[in-house]
Amino acid sequence: MTDRERTMSRAMVDAIAHEMRENEEVFVMGEDVADYEGIFDSTTGLREEFGYDRVMDVPISETAFIGAGVGAAQSGMRPIVELMFADFFGVAMDQIYNNMAKNTYMSGGNVSVPMTLMTAVGGTYNDAAQHSQTLYGTFAHLPGMKVVVPSTAYDAKGLMHNAIRDDDPVVYMFHKRLMGLGWMPAPDGPKTPVPEEDYTIPFGSADVKREGDDVTVVTLGLHVHRALEAAEELADEVDVEVIDLRTLVPLDTETILESVRKTGNLVVVDEDYQSFGVTGEITARVAEAALEDLEGVKRLAIPDVPIPYARPLENEVLPGTDDIVQTIRSLDPVRSLSP
Amino acid sequence: MYEWMVTARYYEERLQEEYLEGKQPAFDISAGPIPGELHLAAGHESSAAGVVSHLRDSDTVTAPHRPHHVAIAKGVDLDRMTAEIFGRETGLGKGKGGHMHLFDPDVNFACSGIIAQGVPPAVGAALAAKKRNTDDIAVAFLGEGAIDQGAFLESLNLAKVQDLPVVFVIEDNDWAISMPKERITDVQDGSRRGEGHDIPHERVGHDDAVEVFEAAREAIGRARDDNGPSILEVQVHRRMGHFMGDAEAYRPEEDKEAAQMRDSIERLEATMEDAGITADERDSIRTDAQERVDDAIAWAKDQPEPEPDAAYEDVFTNPPSGVTDAEPATDGGETQ
Ligand SMILES: Cc1ncc(C[n+]2csc(CCOP(=O)(O)OP(=O)(O)O)c2C)c(N)n1
Repeated sequence: MTDRERTMSRAMVDAIAHEMRENEEVFVMGEDVADYEGIFDSTTGLREEFGYDRVMDVPISETAFIGAGVGAAQSGMRPIVELMFADFFGVAMDQIYNNMAKNTYMSGGNVSVPMTLMTAVGGTYNDAAQHSQTLYGTFAHLPGMKVVVPSTAYDAKGLMHNAIRDDDPVVYMFHKRLMGLGWMPAPDGPKTPVPEEDYTIPFGSADVKREGDDVTVVTLGLHVHRALEAAEELADEVDVEVIDLRTLVPLDTETILESVRKTGNLVVVDEDYQSFGVTGEITARVAEAALEDLEGVKRLAIPDVPIPYARPLENEVLPGTDDIVQTIRSLDPVRSLSP
Repeated sequence: MYEWMVTARYYEERLQEEYLEGKQPAFDISAGPIPGELHLAAGHESSAAGVVSHLRDSDTVTAPHRPHHVAIAKGVDLDRMTAEIFGRETGLGKGKGGHMHLFDPDVNFACSGIIAQGVPPAVGAALAAKKRNTDDIAVAFLGEGAIDQGAFLESLNLAKVQDLPVVFVIEDNDWAISMPKERITDVQDGSRRGEGHDIPHERVGHDDAVEVFEAAREAIGRARDDNGPSILEVQVHRRMGHFMGDAEAYRPEEDKEAAQMRDSIERLEATMEDAGITADERDSIRTDAQERVDDAIAWAKDQPEPEPDAAYEDVFTNPPSGVTDAEPATDGGETQ
């Protein structure tokens, strides 16, 4: 019953271990998940408890092992497959979007694929264009996969329990900067109290991480924390509400609309590429359903360039706290705060 | 060969020093003058030296995520490569690529950080050479862990059916990050993957640069004489962690020690000694190499960082009409 503080990685692993204890059909496979315990600590301690049979290191063959995850899932098992960096999806995308995502539909609902594909996303440490992307939009764009992006330890655990129990394929995208890694310090925020027992967070329930009356900031992953920081910085000027999407598929449009109807101002912040992505989707949904309530809209995302290596360049394209502050200011929202 | 090998080794020792600056006492990957991942190749020098000895500037080489030793042998501009690793404006990629993504078209060198994905482009360079009727060839370097990738296996077949002048060089250091070779393959001699495609293949079982040189002469000669692809595997050693900061908790002490004991540079020194090359002569090669490296690092660190706005340039060679340079969002964010 105790609410111990947990890093996001520990919270994820707690959920995986719990599900593995409860259900023999749950297993983990991926590169460096056994002895290394996950490059981003996503499988720490699992091999020790469950052995190599249930925590499997596999050859560098993403097409084979992600596809094998699909097959095992279709056979009724509940594989958790790790794709080390989301950026590597390219070598195995066919298994992901033509099999994992579509087999349920193409079988007329007669086949299910209860598989979790977990993968690390995000930049902020200068690892350049092939190792820093978030690609939220790519996965959410292709129908058939549920897409989860936690921002705190509490959410990470509840969402992981859900992901493993869900009868559909779930892509679970965790931001490296939030994991609580010794070698990549996390901002304040992702480490939260986490109940010891299992609990689920329903997919499609966005979380209002900060309430406010003047501007709605919709975001996810690392940028929840940056938006919260920006909101604090602006606390004397405007009252900012911060919505953490938590899942992209399904997307909780209601919570966003409710907030925008209250504030009249929308800022969408995303670490993915801008065009054809999350920011466009959210603003379109709001425009369709609440156009008359909207006074101002702005979006902030990677400006359609591959992520550059050098520090000044990466800082330029990644939305920082300052960028969020300025974007909110640029809407010039009418302040509801008493002077 | 000796010159390249000692240059590569010293280069990486210096990079390691620079990389650790600002990352101590607590290792923070995003701190210091060289952030991001850094994969060093100490212990891999013999394969680059033995193979690239037979190449000219017009031959193409593609390297994987661990590229420096191959780049140095291929004659990639050391100053600009170093500037790239330090993220400077005058770097090979203007600071946009970084250490896993080095491109020097002057000597036909390229790399990729995605496993085995540099292999098909090497096949493409060989295809271009064949179509143009030159006798240029291409060489793709990759690790023993990478040879399980579809991109490699598909490339073997394509190169063979098209009879392309390409040599696949497998650097077998026994490890793919934390996964030892015996746990991920039952075929301990990776060059045997050539058998299924009827491709000539050879494995050099220890990192003796002279032996690699001899084996490479044959494979590269075959390619140059229009006799199709070959595979050459070289047993090398990983003297360090997979990347800087990797504590190698998964690796048995004996294995680490064994890697330290088998040093291709010392082996070559013994061979040189036998051939009558004096210690003085070797020292002078070594000193010159070190000077060159020190100069490159000093020069690179003195170069300006790119202006933030440069981030919007170079997405296209020929930007489509209607696409103007994107506006910077604001004056930039900070790294956490
Ligand atoms: C497609 C893809 N999968 C996984 C990775 C992560 N990764 C980088 S290096 C590496 C191990 C490579 O081992 P090997 O080919 O033996 O080369 P070595 O690092 O030992 O030189 C892995 C798994 C990647 N970069 N690309």
